[in-house]
Amino acid sequence: MRVRLQSGLAALALAIFIQTASAADTPDPAADAKAFRDYFVKKFPKVKLEDFVNGPYSLNEDMRRQWEEKEQFPPYEFALEAGKEMFATPFRNGKTYADCFPNGGIGIRQNYPYFDEKEGKVVTLELALNRCREANGEAPYSYVKDEMASLTAYMAFTSRGKPMDIKVPNDPRALAAYENGKRYFYTRRGQLNFSCASCHVQSPGERIRAETLAPALGIMNALPIYRSEWSGMGTTSRRLVTCNSQTRAVPLDTQSDEYRDLEYFLSYMSNGLPISGPGARP
Amino acid sequence: MRILSNGWNMTLAAVLLIAGTMPARAASEADFKAAYAAAEAAEKEASALHNQWTTTEATLAAAKKSASAGNFDAALAAAKEAEALAKASIFQATSEKERWKNAVIR
Amino acid sequence: MASTIRVRAISNGEVTEVQALIQHPMDTGLVKDAKGDLIPAHFIQQLTFEHNGRTVFLADWGPAVARDPYVKFSFKGAAKGDDLKIAWVDNTGATDTMMAKIQ
Repeated sequence: MRVRLQSGLAALALAIFIQTASAADTPDPAADAKAFRDYFVKKFPKVKLEDFVNGPYSLNEDMRRQWEEKEQFPPYEFALEAGKEMFATPFRNGKTYADCFPNGGIGIRQNYPYFDEKEGKVVTLELALNRCREANGEAPYSYVKDEMASLTAYMAFTSRGKPMDIKVPNDPRALAAYENGKRYFYTRRGQLNFSCASCHVQSPGERIRAETLAPALGIMNALPIYRSEWSGMGTTSRRLVTCNSQTRAVPLDTQSDEYRDLEYFLSYMSNGLPISGPGARP
Repeated sequence: MRILSNGWNMTLAAVLLIAGTMPARAASEADFKAAYAAAEAAEKEASALHNQWTTTEATLAAAKKSASAGNFDAALAAAKEAEALAKASIFQATSEKERWKNAVIR
Repeated sequence: MASTIRVRAISNGEVTEVQALIQHPMDTGLVKDAKGDLIPAHFIQQLTFEHNGRTVFLADWGPAVARDPYVKFSFKGAAKGDDLKIAWVDNTGATDTMMAKIQ
């Protein structure tokens, strides 16, 4: 009798142990997002939650004043108009971008990236746009050049003010993609040994050379951005690639798994914060 | 027969001293090729880890450029530096594999 | 073709504040393209704002001014409803003009 009870207890203890171990390993995006938000709110108590989407302008008064002035005549205006026209122009086969997207592509930017359960991968807005082009017999656009920037600028504009709304379904593949993006964000890379977090979690509001760093919270919401440094509009892909090369890391291919997952993770972290794109940055 | 003067002895000593501290011969193409192959192999490993550094690539290119100009001393030095950079990037990738978790906001 | 000049002029009765955004590459002539060829210099050389035939703002620009320049300035002596004329000439001889109403 006693022997059986002991082995029963042992089995129970083992079962509990295994369950605890797996609970620690299962990603909890909602908990992560709450901790992420709390970190920045605590670090910058004077900043309103929705203002984090304005990057350095939420942390620097002088820059904010200049930015607000310029927003009356924003530098992204030309790209935005070009994007609106491109979006409305039919493909050679007569179809338009509206045919590829829910709600005709209007006011949907805040749902990207999403996890495609059929494909088992994260799909970003830029990727979806190029897939739309290819499905309709058109050549894909470069992920780092003006056309993609103009298109995504227009789509972001139609979603201005809407809260970021990324979903991580309870699918192990989606959770793995989310976790992959999280890993990428916190991993040091490049000869300068910086992770995304080194700048955007540890040092927002501080300077790196002549630039004031943006907080990671809300950092996806303003994209695509007109950067004065680029004298033009740049896509999310362009920003990820240049961040890599700036830390002396060889950039990955645009829309590679890591970049897509990173965008997924970072966007999810900013759920609830308004879309402010297209944005303007120094 | 004249005995070597002090002056000559000093010069001879100096020449022998210098000869002892320099490499016995200048770097050969073979030396360079071996070092470059080692550097390339390490960079390939870094590539598999998705963790190459731009400086490694630039140094490899500089090594190749020196070699094609026939300057094997410079080419060898650059190849060795490239290998060191590539290995450092591999070390970074392998240590960051676990270390990133410490940085996560909780 | 759409105008390259976007302008807004607002008068508070005494002072008129003007903002303008001009679409222009402002190429310096020092930058090379992907093939390695120099992109020729192409920049606005003169920008003028006129009110009632009087030049209220004149800019002599060169390649140091960035792409899609934004200008903001104030002047006195205009009233709501007046016309403001904006014109630019670039180093290739190209021009553009725009008339705006002061609000």
